[in-house]
Amino acid sequence: MPAITLQSGTRRALAHAGPGPWIAFGLILAFLLCLLVLPVGTVIYTAFVTEGGALTLGHFGNFFGQLVFRESFFNSLWVALASTFFASVIAVPLAYLTVRFEFRGALLIQTLGVLPLVMPPFVGAVALQLIFGRSGSVNLLLGDWFDITIPIMDGLVGVTFVESIHYFPFILLNLVAAMCNIDGAMEESALNLGARGWRLFRRVIFPLAMPGYLAGAALVFVKVFDDLGTPLVMGVTNMLAPQAYLRITSVGVDDPLGYVISVIMVGFSILALWLAARVMKGRDYATLQKGGGALHKRRLSAWEAVLAYGWILLVLLVVLAPHAGILLMSFAQVWSYSVLPDAYTLAHYATVFGDAGHMMGNTLLYCLLAAGLDVVLGTAIAYLILRTRLPVRQWLDWLASAALAIPGLVLAIGYLRLFKGVTLPGSDRLLVQTWVLIMLAYAVRRLPYALRSCMAALQQVHVSLEEAAQSLGASRLSTLRRVVVPLMAGGILAGFVTSFITAAVELSATLVLVSTESQAPMSLGIYLYMQSIAGRGPGAALGVLAVLVVGLGTYFSHRFVERSRATVQSTVKA
Amino acid sequence: MQRSIRVVALAAGLWAVTQTAAAGTVTVITSFPKELTTAYQKAFEAAHPGIKIEILNKNTTAAVAYIRELPEGQRPDVMWASAPDAFEVLASYKLLQSAPEVVNKSAPAKIGNYPLNDPKGMYYGQALAGYGIEWNTRYLKAHKLTPPKEWSDLVRPEYFGHIAISSPSRSGTTQLTVETILQGEGWDKGWTQLLQIMGNAAAVTDRSFAVPDGVNNGQYGIGIVIDFLALAGKYSGYPVDFTYPSMTAVVPANIALVAGARNAGEAKQFMAFTMSVPGQQLLFDPKIGRLPMLPYSMLKPPAGYPVPQDIAKRAKVQFNSELSGQRYPVVISLFDQMVTFRLKELQAATKAIHEATAALKARPNARGNELLAQARSLAYTSLVGADNVKNPEFLELFRKSRRDVAVSKQLTGMEQLWSEKARANYERARQLADEARGLAK
Repeated sequence: MPAITLQSGTRRALAHAGPGPWIAFGLILAFLLCLLVLPVGTVIYTAFVTEGGALTLGHFGNFFGQLVFRESFFNSLWVALASTFFASVIAVPLAYLTVRFEFRGALLIQTLGVLPLVMPPFVGAVALQLIFGRSGSVNLLLGDWFDITIPIMDGLVGVTFVESIHYFPFILLNLVAAMCNIDGAMEESALNLGARGWRLFRRVIFPLAMPGYLAGAALVFVKVFDDLGTPLVMGVTNMLAPQAYLRITSVGVDDPLGYVISVIMVGFSILALWLAARVMKGRDYATLQKGGGALHKRRLSAWEAVLAYGWILLVLLVVLAPHAGILLMSFAQVWSYSVLPDAYTLAHYATVFGDAGHMMGNTLLYCLLAAGLDVVLGTAIAYLILRTRLPVRQWLDWLASAALAIPGLVLAIGYLRLFKGVTLPGSDRLLVQTWVLIMLAYAVRRLPYALRSCMAALQQVHVSLEEAAQSLGASRLSTLRRVVVPLMAGGILAGFVTSFITAAVELSATLVLVSTESQAPMSLGIYLYMQSIAGRGPGAALGVLAVLVVGLGTYFSHRFVERSRATVQSTVKA
Repeated sequence: MQRSIRVVALAAGLWAVTQTAAAGTVTVITSFPKELTTAYQKAFEAAHPGIKIEILNKNTTAAVAYIRELPEGQRPDVMWASAPDAFEVLASYKLLQSAPEVVNKSAPAKIGNYPLNDPKGMYYGQALAGYGIEWNTRYLKAHKLTPPKEWSDLVRPEYFGHIAISSPSRSGTTQLTVETILQGEGWDKGWTQLLQIMGNAAAVTDRSFAVPDGVNNGQYGIGIVIDFLALAGKYSGYPVDFTYPSMTAVVPANIALVAGARNAGEAKQFMAFTMSVPGQQLLFDPKIGRLPMLPYSMLKPPAGYPVPQDIAKRAKVQFNSELSGQRYPVVISLFDQMVTFRLKELQAATKAIHEATAALKARPNARGNELLAQARSLAYTSLVGADNVKNPEFLELFRKSRRDVAVSKQLTGMEQLWSEKARANYERARQLADEARGLAK
């Protein structure tokens, strides 16, 4: 009777609860108010007031009265929807293949699931230009052989192409997880009733995996809608994020239209997440039986195997093209209007190690701190929600999750406004000119990822373990420190890694908040080097290093997570 | 894990302390590429061990906005950029202070007819720059094109889809190039030529760098750029070349001391260094490729390096920065509404016009020629007339605060009008040109 134990457990916890949970609650709420609600609020407020401070909807009228903005709005919407569609086209077959079939490519697909996320999307855009662009390798070859070229990197199509390749892992990862949780009994019943092949997939398996798919698809939509770097690098200005950025950086921080755009971006992100949640509401996807009957793995027929491996190979080629491009570029002396570079050199790596070493340090510093802060907050929020009965504890979850819908640009502008003129205590340094705000922006934007992992991890820790510790005389805090946190370690680390990786490639907030070059993290360094006329080699080299650093970090933490999970499980069993 | 968190927190604390304690740091806000700033930073820090240079890279317009946002004592110390207008704007907000002692007395007072230093002494010429045309030799060879020599060459149909430019609203140097053409040809004729060139454009990029970069890697055949962006690519080994059309202007890139700077003393030392002989010699670095303002008799230029005085002598435009400053907001906004945001429609009209012209040349038809003339006039006429842009009331509107809903509405309404009108004109021009081509058959 786990449910009853849980209730009596929480009741007892509450009875013992001193002011601790309240203090934790207050601190977290203050953090979210200062660093999320108020900054975003100031941005939203600006869009609704006139110079004199009176409320107005005039700016919105002006916005929708402009052809350029209407166009930008529809372009952003179109690109986000199309990218979600194409990301699904890539991800759904891959997920289905790994879960449903005995398949050797599982490792490949797992790699596929992380690699694109490790590279900042705008770096992918630059590299893809060299491979698929107007005078990219593919088009030069096609031109030589067949006298045709494909304009896949042009304009909105190009943005959609880059974004789909970059963000499909969100769908892949979520969908695989969801499919793995489907009860094999469902499939068997369907098979008994005569559903096979496509029909089985369409009517039974895919609907059952819907929560995972929707979670991934909504993420893709929101991420694409918010992405600034890719359209900027590809020279597409008729979209919302670049328009907001261009207005605010050229007309000035006082231009209301920039804020109107931000409000619309926030609104749409929230709408997308709400719709995804809405579709799921009132439906029960939980399966009673766990562990025993997963989906039955089928063997591929020869003919299916050819199709499956062919598809994976194709996807792999396209998805790894940016990585190949960036690697080539990092060694290229001169690469101009030719299929491959003219000559190769190590000089770019020397440049990067020579004067961008501090950027790697900065990335590590900001992202480790941000991810650390995220898991501390995530664990605390999870604990307050699942183990206490504070009246409004659910708010914390909603507030923290709302960060997912806030574009980095909006948050950064909000910081600039809110902390304008505020100096660091005990010095004359402006708060907006320190790296602390950059780190905090990362932390706030990545909190939802960490929170989800921590919640899941805590849900798997049985409350009776805490009760056991407490009945042996351990205080609440030491129970938390000695029992709960170690048992959650795997989940906490997973949250840490997700926060860390995604923070390491964040550009939109960075671009606005960095105030000196010595504060620049790698993502900004890559962006700056990529804007260099003497060649993009150093930028590419830094990109390769970023992929290596983040990739290795991810790999080792995964191994660490698995090992610690194994130890935790064996301890628990023992 | 807790211990590691403690270690990280401690490291962070130390880091914060070292950052706030950095006295003797000169913060330089600049739009210049990393190669240039890094070279100066290294050379200066080596010569002045006690002083640290912080580079803050922002594009010119963003840099101006950034300085305006900060209170006195918190601003960057030195502003260093190409576009003189940006310095005029800063000076008009009283955000610059004079530092005449940093000027190198050996530098000439004028380049061509253009004074090297601001007559009011607020900013100083540190290097020279001219505007011109860059091309990728491999690309042109593959497409069987000859390199253009003058702006007027770029209107020719064979260059359709091969040209790139950045938007003047995003790039101070492009704004100067556009203004140079407008001053050289006159407002109306200048816009006609600009629109014809832009009809041939493959892209309007959002940063100046994207143009030379695209020409370097062969994405575009021809780019409209400031000289050093092309020269740096050329001297770094890319198959690109560059020419100064006769309608160019040689103007100084400037450096200035920001009012309310934190470390004015050290900042002045840095400024003086950039104008000294060793500082000027750095400009010849192949990755930098800029024209120095000191005479070549004092420096060691590489063989075949362009001589700014010669280019200035040949140049047909006497650049008027006051005029440029007055109509700056109109020019950039008009360009964005007519070109940047309407490029697709302008391209389509231009393509149709090129095709009709070729068809009518082969099989002349009087009515067809008439329609074609109409199409050209629709596609290539500025939506703001020469008289209008001299009207102070009209110009004043662009200087008012956009926070005011009424002003904002008036401005966005105007921009909207331009946008709609441009789209309708291009569409009509395309139809007329298609009709004209039909008549030739």
